[in-house]
Amino acid sequence: MSTNSFAETRDAASGQTEGIWSIGRLVTLAVLLIAIAIPFVAKNFLIFQLTLMIIYAIAIIGLNLLTGINGQFSLGHGAFYAVGAYTAAIMIDQFGASYLWTLPVAGILCFITGFLFGLPALRLEGIYLALATFALAVVTPQLFKLSPFEHWTGGIMGIVIGKPTAPLGLPLNDDQWLYFFSLFVAVIAYVCAKNLIGSRTGRALMAIRDNPIAARSMGINTALYKSLAFGLSALYTGVAGALGAIVIQFINPDSFHFALSVALLVGLVVGGVGWLPGAIFGAAFIVFVPNIAEEISKGLSGAAYGVMLIALMLVMPTGAGGLIRSGLRYLRGK
Amino acid sequence: MELLIQQAITGIATGGIYACMALAVVMIFQAIHHLNFAQGEMAMFSTFIAWQLLQWGVPYWVVIPATIVIAFFGGVVIERVVMRPFSKAPVLSHIVVFIGLFAIINSTAGFIWEFTIKPLASPFGEGSQLGGLISNHQIGMILVTLLVLVFLFVFFRYTRVGLKMRAAAENPESARLVGIPVSRMVSLGWGMAAAIGAIAGILIAPIVFLEPNMMLSILLYGFAGAVLGGLTSPPGAVIGGFAVGLIETMAGTYIPVIGGELKLPIALVLIVGVLTFKPTGLFGRTIVQRV
Repeated sequence: MSTNSFAETRDAASGQTEGIWSIGRLVTLAVLLIAIAIPFVAKNFLIFQLTLMIIYAIAIIGLNLLTGINGQFSLGHGAFYAVGAYTAAIMIDQFGASYLWTLPVAGILCFITGFLFGLPALRLEGIYLALATFALAVVTPQLFKLSPFEHWTGGIMGIVIGKPTAPLGLPLNDDQWLYFFSLFVAVIAYVCAKNLIGSRTGRALMAIRDNPIAARSMGINTALYKSLAFGLSALYTGVAGALGAIVIQFINPDSFHFALSVALLVGLVVGGVGWLPGAIFGAAFIVFVPNIAEEISKGLSGAAYGVMLIALMLVMPTGAGGLIRSGLRYLRGK
Repeated sequence: MELLIQQAITGIATGGIYACMALAVVMIFQAIHHLNFAQGEMAMFSTFIAWQLLQWGVPYWVVIPATIVIAFFGGVVIERVVMRPFSKAPVLSHIVVFIGLFAIINSTAGFIWEFTIKPLASPFGEGSQLGGLISNHQIGMILVTLLVLVFLFVFFRYTRVGLKMRAAAENPESARLVGIPVSRMVSLGWGMAAAIGAIAGILIAPIVFLEPNMMLSILLYGFAGAVLGGLTSPPGAVIGGFAVGLIETMAGTYIPVIGGELKLPIALVLIVGVLTFKPTGLFGRTIVQRV
């Protein structure tokens, strides 16, 4: 509680921004409290779904760093998610590594992969980059089916891994523990991303997004920062992928179909491009809306999903972020 | 040597599929300056309409023009109803709308015609030439692709409407100032792209079988062909499509690791390679941006 009162005094001192700060802090605190309380009241399947939602949110934060902050498109982030997932599964399956160690390794590996993919991407802008990454997304499942790697990847059969249990004798079942573990990772990821945006690097990334030529003439190494954005974004997505493999306990090449990349992009746009907390809304959309569409009509669930997507783009083109921003502006009477 | 010739003919025949698709991709890129990820699904849906008409006993020479006309109006309707509200939206919104369209068309086709594969008879009949090396259908497909290309070339270069369409895509503001109905041109572009997609679909379906998911990998090869030839050049796209077919078949035969399974990644390597070393493609123009 002491940190809270500290925040209040500082807010009071800073005067003008007081309203925004306290609202923002309160909402963050409330969301966290609800997130911690949920697994004690919800059923196991809902906990599992929420865990998936948190994991997608991490991936969407990563995509947001690339698209929202740096202005580059990617329709192929499912590929990095797959690299992360395979890293985790192979480490656990082949080397008997603890699942805890798979996250940093997956992150580093994806950072390198993303950085390298970012190098050719440097020459591509807008629609061309979308095209190259689209190709990456479509090809991903085939790459993991290749026979030379079958010994590691298990080919089409994929890899089955065991479920971790709660450590230190915590009174939590497996689902609850994985939920808290994912939540913990997500909070760290969110804080890191937020600090990154506020840093010198973050400002450089945003300068490149807003005007690459001006950014370059101000001495920003655009090539380095754009590749860096790709690498960091891939790192987030890779960590999410590793978590996803641990939670679902099974991966095969077709888990990383083109639809996964599409889902991540949809989550980003629905949540609001450039607004980090939007990841929660976006992730909720991609986990729960297909189920809702399924309930509307079994045979036409894809069509229902598509209609909802287009309607959403029509009524809130800036995503949940834009909607909340304009709502706040309205409340403040500006 | 015999194997080489045989593979070359197979490659060119497959290339015909990709050339068709690449042509449709470039068409819509010229009309709206966006890559339509739902393009393949639109072509698939038109092909299903053709299949349905054939099932009802309509003869082929009626089915083809009918399907082309239906596809044309379908394209116009999609542009008017779905895309028009987003005409000023950022690129990312467009991509999401295309994804939505993709889902709607794919799911509707699956709902109406189910996800089982269906054979589509060739409009050129059975039989083959050159001692069984190339089927009548493949020859017909290549000829039709070239015919469509010539038609488009003449249309865009020598007709008033074609010139207006190019002007409207190139610079909508200036085009509007000289009295070109830009929005109507965009609708026309969508209609034509859908019609070409329908032709491509009818030509492709007898080879790959008809099912709602048939187009995804073909679309990728079509993109690869379009990128290789240059997104701004219809003849380039056709040549690019044939080249992709050749490269795919040759690599599959002569590079042992690739075999059958690595064929799709070739498209990725081609797209990324071309975009990295020569983003305008082999025949495209460099687009100069004003600061």
